Amino acid sequence: MSATDAARLDVTQNLNPEKAQETAAVPEAGRNQPAVKIKARNVDFFYGPKQVLQGISADIRERRITALIGPSGCGKTTFLRTINRMYETVKNARADGELLLDSESIFDLALPHLRRRVGMVFQKPNPFPKSIFDNVAYGPRVHGLANGARLAELVEQSLRGAALWEEVKDSLHKSAFSLSGGQQQRLSIARALAIDPEVLLLDEPCSALDPISTAKIEELLFAIENRCTLVIVTHNMAQAARVADYTGFFLTGKLVEFNDTKTIFTNPSRKETEDYITGRFG
Amino acid sequence: MATSNTGVEVRLPSAPRGRGLRLGGTRGVDLIAKMLTLVAAVSVLLVTVWLVIELWEQSELSRHAFGFRFLLDRAWDPVFGHFGAMPFVYGTLVTSAVAMLIAIPLGVGAAIFLAELAPRGLSDTLTFLIELLAAVPSVVLGLVGIFVVVPWVRTSFGPFLKDIFGFLPLFQGPIYGVGFLTAGLVLAIMVLPFIVSISREVLLSVPNDLREGALALGSTHWESTWKVVVPTAGTGILGSIFLGLARALGETMAVSMVIGGTPQIAASLFAPGYSIASVIADQFAEATGDLFRQSLVELGLVLFGITVLLHAVARLLVNTTARKAKGAA
Repeated sequence: MSATDAARLDVTQNLNPEKAQETAAVPEAGRNQPAVKIKARNVDFFYGPKQVLQGISADIRERRITALIGPSGCGKTTFLRTINRMYETVKNARADGELLLDSESIFDLALPHLRRRVGMVFQKPNPFPKSIFDNVAYGPRVHGLANGARLAELVEQSLRGAALWEEVKDSLHKSAFSLSGGQQQRLSIARALAIDPEVLLLDEPCSALDPISTAKIEELLFAIENRCTLVIVTHNMAQAARVADYTGFFLTGKLVEFNDTKTIFTNPSRKETEDYITGRFG
Repeated sequence: MATSNTGVEVRLPSAPRGRGLRLGGTRGVDLIAKMLTLVAAVSVLLVTVWLVIELWEQSELSRHAFGFRFLLDRAWDPVFGHFGAMPFVYGTLVTSAVAMLIAIPLGVGAAIFLAELAPRGLSDTLTFLIELLAAVPSVVLGLVGIFVVVPWVRTSFGPFLKDIFGFLPLFQGPIYGVGFLTAGLVLAIMVLPFIVSISREVLLSVPNDLREGALALGSTHWESTWKVVVPTAGTGILGSIFLGLARALGETMAVSMVIGGTPQIAASLFAPGYSIASVIADQFAEATGDLFRQSLVELGLVLFGITVLLHAVARLLVNTTARKAKGAA
């Protein structure tokens, strides 16, 4: 057995058995995959004259977890921020190509509407300097979704959805800053869930957290998967193997390979992917 | 680390203990630095204490003659030796209130524009110009007050207010041009640069994470600014407002040039009045008699008291909002 094979096996052990089975159960040819939620075709991205994404094409499946992996600066976060047009806060940033949410181009949607449907959780927990309740209620209030008792109910649901309710139910009116880092990140997820998004983008949501908080978040992702499509950027390949149904490998602005997670980790078709997941670089 | 594993204790060479001062060594330098900064800190404190003691002693005659009635007495009659602080306290508070009412919305609004909406280059240029305003000597602003603001209030702004709000006692009576309103306007101009430049700085220091967090939830740019960024900067903005207020309370020259120099309590903002700082500056040189002079010193003591009181309130407010934001409560 070569060293490469050994390393590959090692990562494979991280594959979630449930997930692996699920994917394996799908017949190889003509399988009835879930519907395409986000369809990217030849997406290019530029910061001023500098091109950072080249011809990204991918189908992101509905109510599944898709992980984007790759070395730093390869464009995975940029691609994520293209999906909800978060890149527009940066001057001179420009995206080209076709990017469809269901069948509508995201470039045609009004920003508040797009971002209501496509939520985002950031690398660093970013609670607002408000109470826990007001943090979660922020989205519903901005969009005028609920008030009074209905709002309280929605906040509770969202906090339960983010597995945080039991820990904070007696301190809803305390500042969000009183929570630990892991709790703050789950609060960010609850805040995003409160407006019932169809897609949730997660940009390295665990990179600032300890292993226990990370495990909680990963568990949480499986629970949310039933209600929305998840796209997660991660540096941690073991994490991608554990949580994702599909994995995309980015390298220097290109999507080198995109397939179901098992295939990517056990039988990648591209040499670069294999080199990366076996730890030859990155 | 290895030492603890093997159980062998290694004694690190350390500075000799209890050997007294080693000049030139680290401890000597530390000690000197500590003493110097201590002296600096103590002397600042001493100046303040000394100031209060002087004000207290120099106003002894007046304090004994009038007691606490000095604060509430409306009369200011140097001829008969009857002195009361009320009209000046009133003038100081009213002109500062007018100034803050104008300067807070304008200043915070401008700061939000400069920090959140304007392109960075434009923002820096405008901020530089606004900060220049803070460098204009107050006597020059007083001149501007006399030649520009006074006629404008008399002929346009005053009559305009009277037309619309004339049913309120605040805007009744003859419009002289000089008075509480004009002094408040000039003070507003003086206070604005403080509020604008500090508030802008505070807004710019709000982490970008929070802006993006709000935008990612589908807020518009304005919603993210007003509902997340401004509240986050709240404590700092409050601080800038109190700094401006401190300046308004103590401002002397410009106020004395446009307030009218009449010690009276009038409901109308158009009426001429007087403020504590300006009456001290105007009358001290010609104060005949010890009681007159000491009453002016006591006015200084009163102004000091008002400033300390407001500063304490400000501290309390800032601390509670800061604590609320941090969630230590």
